[in-house]
This record gives sequence, C-alpha cells and structure tokens, in this order.
Amino acid sequence: MKTGFYSLFYKEVLRVKKVAFQTLLAPVLTSLLYLLIFSHVLERHVEVYPGVGYTAFLIPGLVMMAVLQNAFANSSSSLIQSKITGNIVFVLLAPIAYGEFFAAYVLASVVRGLVVGAGVLVAAMWFAVPPVDHLQWIVLFAVLGSALLGALGMIAGIWSEKFDQLAGFQNFIIVPLTFLSGVFYSIHSLPPFWQGLSRFNPFFYMIDGFRYGFFGVSDVSPWLGLAVVGASLAAITLLTLGLLRSGYKLRI
Amino acid sequence: MADAVEVSGVCKRFGSLQALDNVSLSIQEGEFFGLLGPNGAGKTTLINLLSGLARPDAGRLSILGRDVVTQYRASRRLLGVVPQELVFDPFFTVRETLRLQSGYFGLNHNDAWIEEVMHNLDLTDKADTNMRKLSGGMKRRVLVAQALVHKPPVIVLDEPTAGVDVELRQGLWRFIQRLNHEGHTVLLTTHYLEEAQALCNRVAMLKRGSIVALDTMQNLLRRVAGCRVRLRLAGPLPAAVEPYLSEQADGEHVLALPGFRALEEVLAALRTSGLAIQELVVEQADLEDVFLQVVAAS
Repeated sequence: MKTGFYSLFYKEVLRVKKVAFQTLLAPVLTSLLYLLIFSHVLERHVEVYPGVGYTAFLIPGLVMMAVLQNAFANSSSSLIQSKITGNIVFVLLAPIAYGEFFAAYVLASVVRGLVVGAGVLVAAMWFAVPPVDHLQWIVLFAVLGSALLGALGMIAGIWSEKFDQLAGFQNFIIVPLTFLSGVFYSIHSLPPFWQGLSRFNPFFYMIDGFRYGFFGVSDVSPWLGLAVVGASLAAITLLTLGLLRSGYKLRI
Repeated sequence: MADAVEVSGVCKRFGSLQALDNVSLSIQEGEFFGLLGPNGAGKTTLINLLSGLARPDAGRLSILGRDVVTQYRASRRLLGVVPQELVFDPFFTVRETLRLQSGYFGLNHNDAWIEEVMHNLDLTDKADTNMRKLSGGMKRRVLVAQALVHKPPVIVLDEPTAGVDVELRQGLWRFIQRLNHEGHTVLLTTHYLEEAQALCNRVAMLKRGSIVALDTMQNLLRRVAGCRVRLRLAGPLPAAVEPYLSEQADGEHVLALPGFRALEEVLAALRTSGLAIQELVVEQADLEDVFLQVVAAS
C-alpha cells in the first residue's frame, strides 16, 4: 500500500527549495564570514594539528556546524510554523504513521544539512583545500549528525508553542553545544576540566569524527565517536517517536 | 453492514470542562447528517475525535467500522474533513497543495480527480496561484478541495460556509449534494440553520456536550406546532388578535399562532374589523424554531 511518507518528505524539501535564499544560501554566507574572520586572525598564530594550517583545520568544523544547525533549523522551524499557522492539521488528518512522520521530517533535515554543508565546503575551498583521508567517515558523521539534529529539531518544534520558546531551545542548547564542541579548536588545547566536560557533549564527537575523515587525526577514536553519536541518535529517535505516538502537543 | 459513522459512549474533558458527555450516535451510509448546537456545545470536539485530532477519554468512534484509534490509518483514509479554521500552507500554490494532500493519502497520480475537484469548486483559474494570494473565500474552497482530494466515502464539513459569499455557498452545496447522491455520507455542522434544513435528512443537536435531540428533519419540524403570521394593516391591530402578538415594529405585526385553527380565528377577526390587509405572510415553523425550543428546554 502506498503511503504518505514520500509526499511529506517531498513537501519538506520543496519548502526548503521555495525559500532557498534563506534556507540554503544564507547559512553558506554565514559560515564563510566565520571562516574569513577566524582564518584571517588566527592562521599564522595557531597550528592545531602538525602540518595542518588553521584555515584547513577550521573548514571541516564549520562545514559540520552548518550541517548540524541547518538540520535542526529545518525540522524545528517547519513544525513550529505549521503548528502556529494551523496547517499541521493537513498532516495530522492523513493516514501517516508515526514512523513515516518522523522519517520524512528527519530525512528532509538530512538533505538540507548535507546541501548546506556541501555548499560551505565548496565555497570554503577558495580559502584552503583540506585533504580527504576517509570519505566514508565524513559521509557517515554528516548523515548521522544531521539525522540526530533533525530529530532534536522535531522535539523542539513539537514542544515549542511559540517562536520565542524555539529560539530559547536553539540559543541556549543547540548553539552553545555546537560552539563548545571543538569547531574552532581541538579540545586538547583546553584545560583538563573543560576537556573532561567536552566529552559529555555529543556534538564534540560529531565534529571530531567528521574532521577525522579529512585529516585522519582526531581527539578521540572515530569508533568511540560513532558509538556515542549512534547511541544519541537512537535515544532521541525513541523519544521523538514516543512524543509522536502520544500526540504530545499535536493532538488534544 | 457497518454504519458510516458510529459514536458510542464518548466522553472528552478539557480540564474542568466536560466537552462531551457520553455521546452516542450513528450515521448510516449515504446520509446527509447535521450536527447542530450553540457555540461550545461540543460539535468541533466530536469532529476532532472522529478525525483523530483529539483522543476520547472514554467510548469508541469508528468510520465505516474502522476504529479511529486502533485502526487510525484505515479510518482516516475513509474520512475527508473540512476544518473550521481557515488554515493554509503559505509556501505552495493551489495545485501543489492538492497534490501534496493527495500524496499524504498515498495517491501520487491523482491529477484527473484534482482537476475535476478544482473545476467543480471554480479553482481552475487559481491553480497556479500561491495560497497567500487567495481571498478568504478562495482559501475556503481549497480547504474543501483538500478534504475531497482522496474521494473519501465520509465527508465532514465543519462550518464550511462561514464567511463565504452566496455564489460559493451555492456552488459548494451543488457539488456536495452531487457527491451525496453518488453515495458519499456527509456530516455537516453549520450555524446557518436554513442550510441544514435544506440539506440534512437527519439532525443531532448538542448542548454542553450532550445530545439533546436526534431525529429526522421531518420529525424535528413536527415538534414545533403552529405558525407565524406577518401582518401589515391599514389601521390598528384588532383587540381580538392582540393575545397572539409576539413582535411589532415599523408597522409590521408578527403573530405567533399555536395552529391553523387560530389562523382561522385571526382571519375572521380581521374580516370583522373591516381593516384592509396591506401585507400578510404565513410562515411555518422552521429548524430555527425547533433549535431554539430544544436548546431552551434542555
């Protein structure tokens, strides 16, 4: 029997395409501004990995940050907009199973995250070209990380009743976890206390594993990173499916 | 054969408000059924329960035998709902909206029916217009089209003509009546009681979450005996007629009569008085009278 999964996924992708200036081009520009400023200021002062320039080091981190933040933004903003405008009712009235609902939103978030990430990577190559040591790790962490943030975005979108609450979720949880995950530095440059604390941040493992794919060097084993990201994704998936099944803040 | 809609012992509470209290009713296939009641009576709550937008605290609801909770996918395929709120997705055109809605029901190659629905609702000219640019009436038409896009055997219309012009109302009812004649069951809530009277075979009236009347239109209308007479006379109202006077304004007298025997008395009194009758209209009791009587009595 045909299902509504494909149409819901297509709707989410079409929505991104309709406002591509905001959803795809703007995040690429933001990442390039980070790269321009940080690389200009720090290129000659910082060497994180031996033989790797700071700009080249920074590029994978910025790419992954763009992937994660845009994956989160996609599902969360789509859900909150649909809830506030009321058009979520069209999806809720349809015979779409919880798993399909989840998969459509998360997959669309992965697509947006990967497209933005690819855009940042291509544009950043004008500044420096990082090597690609293990392509499979790059793809694996990008896909798992964007899926995790897409699912987290669903939770934020379902929980939030107004844009203010969603902004709080984004600014007080997602952005700090992203910035404190080693996008701009290696955790080995931190004092021991902060190094230890960073290991409780799943975003650190996503950035570190993704960067390993480029340089073949990482702060922790990519296998450990994969385990942490995989377990986090499984936990968030179960939580999101539970919320959808219960109808939390979607059905009364 | 299963009823088109079966509601059995349904209760729903929102905090301290008992929105529905042990509501039971059934609607047979092919019926045009009206669900009436004052604001806050529980009509939309009942529709939300049928469509899965809300969950019952107790009781059971089914669409053509499919339980709306345990068999929600099957029941939703059988149901098309026009929501009361004027909601739309601002990113898409009318055609995209309808194609997506069709796809949600697993119908990915449904353009022929989509075109037919748009044609019947006078939406063809606006097919490639963004939803944001449509007038309120046009958006309402798209809502109706979205509910019909998967050809549901049971159609629920929650205040579908609220705030729309006469042309759309007539066009919409022609289309819905055609679907009803083709076998689709229709459940309608409306505040326009003349619409309900013209369209519905059977009616349930809700008040404060309970059903206070459930009968055929014919039987309901029989409940209110009597008629109203609107009169304009060349002089003052004769004293013999005054006991029947219910309203008086701008030279028009409205008499409420308990039956046609009283009408004979009134006409005889007018003849005796020798007053010229300038205007006389006899109105039979309508659904509004029934509604007011039932709601007041309960």
